[in-house]
Amino acid sequence: MTVIATREGFWRGMRACVPLIIGLLPFGLVVGVVAQSKGLSMFETALMSAIVFAGTAQILALETWQEAAPVLPATVAALAVNLRFALMGPSLAPWFDAMRGWRRWLSVAAVVDHAWALSLAEMRNGRHDAMFYLGAAFGLWAPWMVSTVIGHAMGSVVALPPGHPLFFAAPACLIALLVPVWRGAGIDILPWAVAAATSLLVTPMLPIPALAVVIGAVSGSLVGAWRDTAGGRA
Amino acid sequence: MIGADLATLLAILGMAAATFAVRASGYLVLRRIQPGPFLRAFLSHLPGTLFVAFAAPAVAKAGLAGLGGAVVTLVVMATTRSTTWSLLAGVGAFWAVRSLAF
Repeated sequence: MTVIATREGFWRGMRACVPLIIGLLPFGLVVGVVAQSKGLSMFETALMSAIVFAGTAQILALETWQEAAPVLPATVAALAVNLRFALMGPSLAPWFDAMRGWRRWLSVAAVVDHAWALSLAEMRNGRHDAMFYLGAAFGLWAPWMVSTVIGHAMGSVVALPPGHPLFFAAPACLIALLVPVWRGAGIDILPWAVAAATSLLVTPMLPIPALAVVIGAVSGSLVGAWRDTAGGRA
Repeated sequence: MIGADLATLLAILGMAAATFAVRASGYLVLRRIQPGPFLRAFLSHLPGTLFVAFAAPAVAKAGLAGLGGAVVTLVVMATTRSTTWSLLAGVGAFWAVRSLAF
């Protein structure tokens, strides 16, 4: 397999993202509105979208943001939410190897769900142009930036009071994501129940909501992994 | 609006550094060492358990309205597969139940 890296591949990657923009916009707007309500400036909001570039982690961190910015909890939450990106590395590695210098590390810095999925589809079709990845990542990054900045601007104009029903959009984003993640009752019910119960139990005890989320998720996943490998289902 | 305070900047940089570390470790490390079955199973459960662990206290805090909003979000997402419609319907349901309850 020969991997090439062409300008044409970059454009093809960018074009492949166009149909996904509609699905990305609501998340970006919600991130922007929530960031504004938590007191982040437009510059800080744009900076976060630019260099973190991970919607789920941004929503989770911002929802649990407190008066003083929670440096350690936000970092731990981002680490936990984004662990899945590590799993995408090996399949993209042959493409990243084919790129030189800053292009390679920019691609690594932009590992993200949809660009990964589009690139796998491209590989399955026998096309190996490494610049496709960078194009797809940029095609997602640009509307992500634009939509979070617009969301922040909307938040400043409307100035919703804390607790306004529209803020339910933030938890709803992650609740909606449960649907594509669902693999069936036999697989998911037990770890999800443990995660929910643990999180509910420790939330009142912890001053930092983001850590309760991480503790709940780790407990649920440990129980699930234990059942899948050692115990249960013999 | 251009202002930035130090703690906020540090939190953003911390998130960015953690996220980059995960991304780079997948490329540099995970291709060389094969994660065992337990770690693979653990990671495969992580997205779902994270969302549930996040949603459960948020929904519980919002009571009946939270429950209504969550159920409608899930049902609309499962039927339409559209995040836009599921968010609109979920927020609408949350809003409706809350205004009825007070």
